[in-house]
Amino acid sequence: MEFNFTPENLERINTEIKKYPKKQAAVMAALYIAQEQNGYITNEIMSKIAEILDMHPHDVLSVVTFYTMYFQKPMGKYHIQVCTNVSCMLRGAYEIWNQLREKLQIENLEVTSDGKFSLEEVECMGSCGTAPMFAINEDFYENLTKEKVEEIINSLN
Amino acid sequence: MIKIVLPDIENLHQLDVYKENGGYTAVKKALTQSPDDIIDQVKRSGLRGRGGAAFSTGLKWSFMPKTTDKPKYLCVNGDESEPGSFKDRQIFEYNPHQLIEGILISCYAIGAKTCYIYIRGEYHKWIRLMQKAIDDAYAAGLVGEAMKTTFSTDFHCDIYIHKGAGAYICGEESSLMNSLEGKRGYPRIKPPFPAQNGLWGCPTTINNVETITNIPPIINNGWDWFASIGEPKHPGTILFGVSGHVNKPGVYELPSGTLLTEIIYKYAGGVPGDKKILCVIPGGSSMPPLRGDKLEGVKMDAESLKAAGSAIGTGGIIVMDEDTDLVKVLARIAHFYHHESCGQCTPCREGTGWLEKILKRIIAGKGSVNDLDLLITVANQIEGNTICALGEAAAWPVKFMVERFRDYFEKRVNKEINLEVANKVHSMRHSAITVEEIQH
Ligand SMILES: Cc1cc2nc3c(=O)[nH]c(=O)nc-3n(C[C@H](O)[C@H](O)[C@H](O)COP(=O)(O)O)c2cc1C
Ligand code: SF4
Ligand code: FES
Repeated sequence: MEFNFTPENLERINTEIKKYPKKQAAVMAALYIAQEQNGYITNEIMSKIAEILDMHPHDVLSVVTFYTMYFQKPMGKYHIQVCTNVSCMLRGAYEIWNQLREKLQIENLEVTSDGKFSLEEVECMGSCGTAPMFAINEDFYENLTKEKVEEIINSLN
Repeated sequence: MIKIVLPDIENLHQLDVYKENGGYTAVKKALTQSPDDIIDQVKRSGLRGRGGAAFSTGLKWSFMPKTTDKPKYLCVNGDESEPGSFKDRQIFEYNPHQLIEGILISCYAIGAKTCYIYIRGEYHKWIRLMQKAIDDAYAAGLVGEAMKTTFSTDFHCDIYIHKGAGAYICGEESSLMNSLEGKRGYPRIKPPFPAQNGLWGCPTTINNVETITNIPPIINNGWDWFASIGEPKHPGTILFGVSGHVNKPGVYELPSGTLLTEIIYKYAGGVPGDKKILCVIPGGSSMPPLRGDKLEGVKMDAESLKAAGSAIGTGGIIVMDEDTDLVKVLARIAHFYHHESCGQCTPCREGTGWLEKILKRIIAGKGSVNDLDLLITVANQIEGNTICALGEAAAWPVKFMVERFRDYFEKRVNKEINLEVANKVHSMRHSAITVEEIQH
């Protein structure tokens, strides 16, 4: 199945390309735009991006696999990223992590059967001073307590 | 209390408020002086990088070639992924225009017409805030071609944000450049250094967000003003991020050389339940940990911390109280470096895995005193044998934690600390997790 960017997204990629002297530098941005459009990165997407940016598809793949924020399989509608690094750990991050694993009945990088939630254990997110924290898609939730976690998750639909 | 980077001014993130408070006058002043003059003032100010290595900023700038046909670049490092560090995001949120003004002055000094701000991908919100400030500055003719007219000058400079995608290693400067070029973030072998051969083979300077934000006040108030603040060998203020077991975690901008105990007890409100401090990591997770009973008199600047057996790093202070299970903390740190190793060098790729494995063995109650020596041996084999400093970052916490807390670790492997108890009275604030649960 061939992948095509929407005209608006192609325009966004062109804007990104103009920021740099070499097209390849826009690959990370192009991958973000593709992931936004499609939910995750497929081989067809990588071929398309390679074509647009004059790259070899393998070089696109090596970028996709190097960074943790590109997914090669669909994740949940709400992708929950829990930081368990030191500063968060010292303030109860594993409790939050275990609470979510139990509540959603999924493990790291798994998706609930209804496709609503996915869970990821992540490294320091820069919220050490407001720990513990998680991010849901692009939003940070900080100074979490077990009660707050319940409330936040239950409020999502 | 003097604030240079994050002044207490409401709505300072808005362009008009920033301008009302003297914003964009420093760049105007700088553009009437020669680039060499600017570099000289920054050198004399004593400003040292806030990204980890505390290298002289003016000196770094002076490495940029004066005569070259190639374009030159400034990269501002906002990857901020060192565990315990959360300061640069405050600048994106509360004082983005001072960063932009600092970029303009820095680019003028080193002769760059393009600056990329590399911001970690997870900082979606802060990328939006920073982009808004950049857009406003463009619209006001303060950045780009239009600045020629605004400031009546020949100089102009463009600023772009490059969004990362989740890789700690991309904060390392040569990895950052590869990432920017659209490649895997593999660190490069040095030399050549970025000033000779950086982005796309062109002369490049890489500086931390906080470093560049210090530039406008230095130009406006004079290098001698800046040099007189805090510790003379590492002057200015530092954004200290305090986290872990303190009552008031947060970012505190204080003069360099402020006592570590003062930061913890006076500013961060002390330790909950008035517990004793077991351990403090003073500069982000890569820096050697200090014993809680050796904090008296330790000052927070590069030279004083070196003398105390650690380093200033990114100024991220992680506090652990007496009930903290250090083995679990260290295992978590080791897991981080193993996960983040890019895998190019064998000592780092394999060694970080070994460190994690041995520490997990100790957590599971299967460790021995030999394992403690083994940890130090493995750490020593990583240190100094790798392409980039992630090797040291992985080795230091293990080596120094085991050395400095040998008593604690021996008791732990000799099972003089009941595992049941260690698991209960462990580092988490609220309750305990079982051994199995940490084996994620
Ligand atoms: C593994 C590793 C990660 C790093 N991460 C960062 C970072 O997130 N932000 C940063 O400014 N510097 C980071 N650094 C330091 C940079 O390589 C570089 O020294 C710094 O950005 C230079 O800026 P400065 O001179 O203004 O401090 C890192 C270094 C290493 C080895
Ligand atoms: S030291 Fe580690 S992170 Fe750095 S280049 Fe080598 S393998 Fe990669
Ligand atoms: S350790 Fe969790 S945000 Fe930094």
